[in-house]
Amino acid sequence: MLKHIFKRLLLLIPTLFGVITLVFFMIALAPGDPARVMLGERANAQQLEQLREELGLDKPLIQQYGLYLSRIVRLDLGKSITSGQQIKDEISERFPATIELAIWAMIFASTIGIIVGVTSARKRNSWIDYTAMGGSLVGVSMPVFWLGLVLIMIFSVWLDLLPTGGRMNVRYYFQPITNFYILDGIILWIREGNSQYLVSAFQHLILPTIALGTIPLAIIARTTRSSMLEVLQQDYIKTARSAGIKERRVVFRYALKNALLPVITIIGLQFGLLLSGAILTETVFSWPGIGKWIYVAIGARDYPAVQGGIIFISVFFVLINLVVDILYSVINPKIRMQ
Amino acid sequence: MSEGKHTGDDVLVSIENLNFNFNIQRGIVKAVRDLSVTIKKGETLTLVGESGCGKSVTAHAINQLNPMPPGVVESGKIYFRDKDLLTLPKSQIEALRGTQISMIFQEPMTALNPVFTIGSQIADVYRTHQRISKKEALAKAVELLDLVKIPSPDERIHNYPHQLSGGMRQRAMIAMALASPEPGLMIADEPTTALDVTIQAQILDLLNDLKKTVGMSILLITHDMGVVSEMADRVVVMYAGRKVEEADVFSLFEEPKHPYTLGLLNSLPSNPKYRGAKRLEAIDGTVPDLLTIGEGCPFANRCGFVKDKCLKEFPEETKISDDHFVWCHHLQQQEGRV
Amino acid sequence: MEQELLEIKEPTPLQETWYNLKKNKGAMTGLVIIVLFVLMAIFAPLLAPHDPVEQVIELRKTPPFTGGYILGTDDLGRDMLSRLIYGARISMSIGVVSVGISLVLGLIIGVVSAYFGGILDKIIMRIIDIMLAFPYILLTIVIVAILGPSLVNAMVAIGISQVPRYARLVRASVLAEKENDYVLAERALGAGNMELMFKTILPNCLSATIVQSTLGVGEAILSSAGLSFLGLGAQPPTPEWGLMIASSKEFITNAWWIVTLPGIAILLAVLGFNLLGDGLRDILDPKMRS
Ligand SMILES: Nc1ncnc2c1ncn2[C@@H]1O[C@H](COP(=O)(O)OP(=O)(O)OP(=O)(O)O)[C@@H](O)[C@H]1O
Ligand SMILES: [Mg+2]
Repeated sequence: MLKHIFKRLLLLIPTLFGVITLVFFMIALAPGDPARVMLGERANAQQLEQLREELGLDKPLIQQYGLYLSRIVRLDLGKSITSGQQIKDEISERFPATIELAIWAMIFASTIGIIVGVTSARKRNSWIDYTAMGGSLVGVSMPVFWLGLVLIMIFSVWLDLLPTGGRMNVRYYFQPITNFYILDGIILWIREGNSQYLVSAFQHLILPTIALGTIPLAIIARTTRSSMLEVLQQDYIKTARSAGIKERRVVFRYALKNALLPVITIIGLQFGLLLSGAILTETVFSWPGIGKWIYVAIGARDYPAVQGGIIFISVFFVLINLVVDILYSVINPKIRMQ
Repeated sequence: MSEGKHTGDDVLVSIENLNFNFNIQRGIVKAVRDLSVTIKKGETLTLVGESGCGKSVTAHAINQLNPMPPGVVESGKIYFRDKDLLTLPKSQIEALRGTQISMIFQEPMTALNPVFTIGSQIADVYRTHQRISKKEALAKAVELLDLVKIPSPDERIHNYPHQLSGGMRQRAMIAMALASPEPGLMIADEPTTALDVTIQAQILDLLNDLKKTVGMSILLITHDMGVVSEMADRVVVMYAGRKVEEADVFSLFEEPKHPYTLGLLNSLPSNPKYRGAKRLEAIDGTVPDLLTIGEGCPFANRCGFVKDKCLKEFPEETKISDDHFVWCHHLQQQEGRV
Repeated sequence: MEQELLEIKEPTPLQETWYNLKKNKGAMTGLVIIVLFVLMAIFAPLLAPHDPVEQVIELRKTPPFTGGYILGTDDLGRDMLSRLIYGARISMSIGVVSVGISLVLGLIIGVVSAYFGGILDKIIMRIIDIMLAFPYILLTIVIVAILGPSLVNAMVAIGISQVPRYARLVRASVLAEKENDYVLAERALGAGNMELMFKTILPNCLSATIVQSTLGVGEAILSSAGLSFLGLGAQPPTPEWGLMIASSKEFITNAWWIVTLPGIAILLAVLGFNLLGDGLRDILDPKMRS
């Protein structure tokens, strides 16, 4: 098992290296002079020269690449042009917001998706099944940002039930502790006996969670259903039934654990995709996460920030896939033993 | 029809005029037709016939493991200890499974759940039927594995199915079937097909021992006449969903009547008695498609004695002796109607 | 007699697919939706009651079913219905063009990689793995950010970022086909590499690719809407659906139709391709159901 993980980690290195290289050259080889693009038409020659030097653009490409790699190895992503801050710091400040949203969206999508999928499979070809599968097809066909806007329109504007964006009621004097606001809310509730932070954090999470979680929910439901249908036909399910195991237990223990194997892979993949899908959702909900930050950086042509942000998300994506792979082998005894 | 012999104190299972179909997209598969079989208390009845003739479907009709849909009981009755199984609510069928009707499956490779240890699978059966702790159930599982002669059972209970050899898996399956508290009927669907000869013999011995010690009946399914001669008290020969001959094991081997039975015995290499017999060309043909099968004798297209009548209607029962019946136009003429 | 017998031909694979497709309700619904959108795209100038970019300032934010505007007007007084109809043109072409790009490149790379194998295959697959290590949306965004925001660049970006998927799919099915008897037979008959690759093997790998491209068109429409929403795709005043949603953000408080209608248009178009794609998958390759 440990050996398996170690092997996967080793295999990761060339992939990460490739990802970094690809991002670097895509941006470096982009048409136009980055310094000119960043500073705009009216910048004078001296300003341009200074920025070039600052970014190392005056050196040959290969040398730039070497420098970039050596900095990345030291986990240094450089400075943002617009804010002048370390990109590393900017990312670590915003990443919790993105992760928090992604985790809740995934919890939402997985629980409901699995329940819907299992129910659909058990009631195959009933109206429940047709509705659920029709619904998931609509779910994957929807633009996320549009869903977000429609949710805001209904629940914030018309019904005035939930906030339109942000993470916390701006009128509260709130000092983040962990930057995971639900967690912070719980801590503050325990520490100060005031639950308003938790409630507000929760209210702010609901709509973005639904918007971001809908596509994965639909995909998970579809995967669970087809996987469950296949498992329910297996001989070992007949064996369990023939031994008098109650139908509920057959479905939720004997079949589900097998059916979840492919679902876990999908969940992991979707989690990684959520991080990049966040760029749309975060923009709609003014969610101060890394997606919105990259969006702003693109608008400002802050190339080092875009580069850093994208490398960060891609590395995270790769790592998530690794975790999923390991998790998969933990529940699949056939792989675990090897 | 001799209705009389289907009831009585010594009868455990009585299948009466069962017609079982599968309604699939391409049409109706008539898997079992007008089949009547009784199993007496404490006896071993074998169902023989070549692949696809409806043996498993018949067996699964008893504990209702055929997938419904597409399966449909067209007509017929199945009694178990005077309970009319086909009208029993699902919960009561569930209660019978594993307590009074146990089952060993055809495919040891796929009949055990790959993501649970065999110990936990067996223990779960115990805990379904008795109020005992997990630990006690596991201890009983060890006892059972010992009973079916799996070496070092206390270690094996922690193994997953894929870590066992085919023979061991088959024994584990048997152990699972034995976890029932009051076995009345053991359905063994080709319990040895997947095994090599020595292990096959061991497992058959084991079944015979158990039958004596526990006093249960066995419905043994096989297409191996060697297994029949070793195990059976009585034999039912099936062909393309129909019963074509029924006899006690001695009569069947001494005086096989139906041309198909003759063919089956002919294919038994170790039996010198039949080596000289006229090899039936009939065996060369193919089994009729159950989707398009007509009303005549299903064996007609392969039979050396075929007449016009055989193509038109299925023959009436011909009684050879009190324990021997055959359904064949050819023999009907020879023996005269009874 | 013989003449008559010859007349009863085996159905061609195409006829058989069509026959099965007709029985699949979902797929047929999808096909109908797609055909409607395509017709809308082709006959946009005839169907649209107004000029899609003409602004009538006095009639800004007219609600649906008032003053001859069936679906109302947007914040600049442009007819929503006409913009939606013209939007079909843009979305359909984006879908087709970007899938076309991925398909052509993917087919070439996949076939070459699978057919020649060896080092070349290893290198190509390595690069594809790395590209797949990127979340796809991000890849698209990077490419557009580099090329500069425009509709054409969005198409190119979407097309390129999907190439790895097609290449992989094609490679896998070519590998599976390569060892088949008919290929070996053709080779024995002296068919050249090129001929074998593109004339013999490829047509037999198409079913998986057809399914993927059908679903891909829907996905491309979604992605381009997303890019336009972020300001990286179509630029105003193009009546692109995603862009229409983007510019409507401020009006969710008072003009629901400006937000809702373009989204429904996207939803329907994408749904059409997803329905058809799912249906085709069930028909062409039952094993591929995931
Ligand atoms: N779920 C099903 N759907 C459709 N047809 C089925 C189904 N299950 C079984 N059948 C058909 O019923 C017939 C009898 O099958 P059955 O499994 O009883 O054969 P068998 O005698 O047990 O053969 P074997 O020796 O291979 O196990 C076969 O023709 C089979 O195709
Ligand atoms: Mg069978």
